[in-house]
Amino acid sequence: MTLDQAKGEQARSRWASGVIPYKEMGYWKPDYVPKETDVIAAFRFVPQEGVEPEEAAAAVAGESSTATWTVVWTDRLTTYEMYQAKAFRVDPVPGTDQYIAYIAYDIDLFEEGSIANMASSIVGNVFGFKALKSLRLEDLRIPLHYIKTFQGPPHGIVMEREILNKYGRPLLGATTKPKLGLTARNYGRVVYEALRGGLDFVKDDENTNSQPFQRWRDRYLYAMEAVHRAMAETGEIKGHYLNVTAATMEDIYERAEFAKELGSVIIMIDLTIGYSAIQSMAKWARKNSMILHLHRASHSTFTRQKTHGISFRVLAKWMRMAGVDHLHAGTVVGKLEGDPNITKGYYKTLRGMKYDADPTLGLFFEQDWGSMPAVMPVASGGIHAGQVHQLLHLFGDDVVLQFGGGTIGHPLGIAAGATANRVAVEAMVQARNEGRDIWNEGPEILEKAAKWSPELRAALDVWKDVTFDFASTDTPDVVVTPTF
Amino acid sequence: MAFRLTQGTFSYLPDLTDEEILKQVEYALNNGWAISIEFTDDPHPRNVYWEMWDLPMFDLKDPAAVLYEIRQCRAAYPNHYIRVNAYDRSYGRQTTALSFIVNRPKDEPGFHVIRQEVRDRQIRYTLHSYATDRPKGERYNG
Repeated sequence: MTLDQAKGEQARSRWASGVIPYKEMGYWKPDYVPKETDVIAAFRFVPQEGVEPEEAAAAVAGESSTATWTVVWTDRLTTYEMYQAKAFRVDPVPGTDQYIAYIAYDIDLFEEGSIANMASSIVGNVFGFKALKSLRLEDLRIPLHYIKTFQGPPHGIVMEREILNKYGRPLLGATTKPKLGLTARNYGRVVYEALRGGLDFVKDDENTNSQPFQRWRDRYLYAMEAVHRAMAETGEIKGHYLNVTAATMEDIYERAEFAKELGSVIIMIDLTIGYSAIQSMAKWARKNSMILHLHRASHSTFTRQKTHGISFRVLAKWMRMAGVDHLHAGTVVGKLEGDPNITKGYYKTLRGMKYDADPTLGLFFEQDWGSMPAVMPVASGGIHAGQVHQLLHLFGDDVVLQFGGGTIGHPLGIAAGATANRVAVEAMVQARNEGRDIWNEGPEILEKAAKWSPELRAALDVWKDVTFDFASTDTPDVVVTPTF
Repeated sequence: MAFRLTQGTFSYLPDLTDEEILKQVEYALNNGWAISIEFTDDPHPRNVYWEMWDLPMFDLKDPAAVLYEIRQCRAAYPNHYIRVNAYDRSYGRQTTALSFIVNRPKDEPGFHVIRQEVRDRQIRYTLHSYATDRPKGERYNG
């Protein structure tokens, strides 16, 4: 065989040096049947002009698993067929230039119990890929085998209710306002008034950490004075989410330890501390009997746009695995982004134990959580007592309804605002349990309760016409968005 | 302002009438939840184990029979707190689904906070129920 002949042979081979399409490298396998233990991802993508969708899907599979831009002979030292991710299906999204690619990953591609590893694998490299205009991770089916390698929520909904001794209704919270600028002592006043008036929780905001006007230790001392005083006033367990977010893990642990010493039942962290820090705090929280609240600060930078980033349902799944007890998941009726069906899908992700795929809710896959505890969703942002029938109808009992402005902005004061919210919720739960149609009769039920509750009367009068009715940017593909 | 214990699902509403209690009991039974009745004269929020008025009524499906038991309990302990619990034994829950107060003492003395001052301006808090200053059986003039 001459050298030229040898070169000809090699050029036709999968293993010749050079660049060949990802499809031909084994990353496109339309006949592949995913194994029960595979992780399956659904990606929404828009290819550059001239790039065929199957090649783009194969490229995503390749770049999120074993591939690099050129052929390497060292692949042949491995059982590469197993380690290669396989794009096995591509569907066009009708009426758009988008496609949905389904890609299967072998479970051995992921380190046990590590969200950081899973994120680095699946979204680590591929999002800047030039052959794609845009790319979004829509959903993941995570096999129970892999779920079982994670601790999950330190307590979950059931244990949280038992710790708090509160059953049969949504929990109520509020975020202290203004979130910046109050001295620790004034801040504690807001906490006390809101809790004694009837809320279960008050909350630090995401950026309430330890600034010059209010250092963390002072805030904790005054807030816990407020919590204990409010417990004496009501005979109920009360909590304030003490935000322990800080620059280093050492600082975070120090703040969490102090919160525990003061007798707090709950602390909070921000998403900005990072996935591994969250998992560290999940372990700490279980070890120390502390409910762990996660504020999803910064998520909208990558979850909101429909064609690029990561869907919040993926983040919700990751956070349940990482192990938090509370996660903000939208209100539908409030001031922040949230299509009703998409939001219901998030709630199912946080609270469901085993469910089927449901495209109307944006759920691309079935999911089996085994016995992993459920996360309590938190609805926060621009909601008020006049919407309680809608909130209860949409979300049921296992949710924290957070009325920040809707408590502190009450014309009769903070405690009255808290009472208005609590009366509205209890009256609505009572009516629902009695078989009333709260979706339609809600306003009437509230009016009736307002006859004996001046606090609710004032709340309904002030906020009666406040709604936030804007089109959502993130909606399911197949259903028309109802408006509320 | 008089103290009112606000534990339970409906404590911010006016005390439920027997007719209203019956409707909540019906709701619980329709969900397949077992009803139990418990009473106490120590309403500390972390006093988990109120005394049981007999066992949870796992087999009782008649709301009127539950109401009868509530009335019996009230007659025996008119000055105690009495609560009705509905228990959901389904997998993944196995906890209380609903719990509300159906009787309270005429005078509720409430709580006060005992502050033990320790080092570093820290305070150790204890919630003290005034009712428990008197021995069991003599609280709430009961």
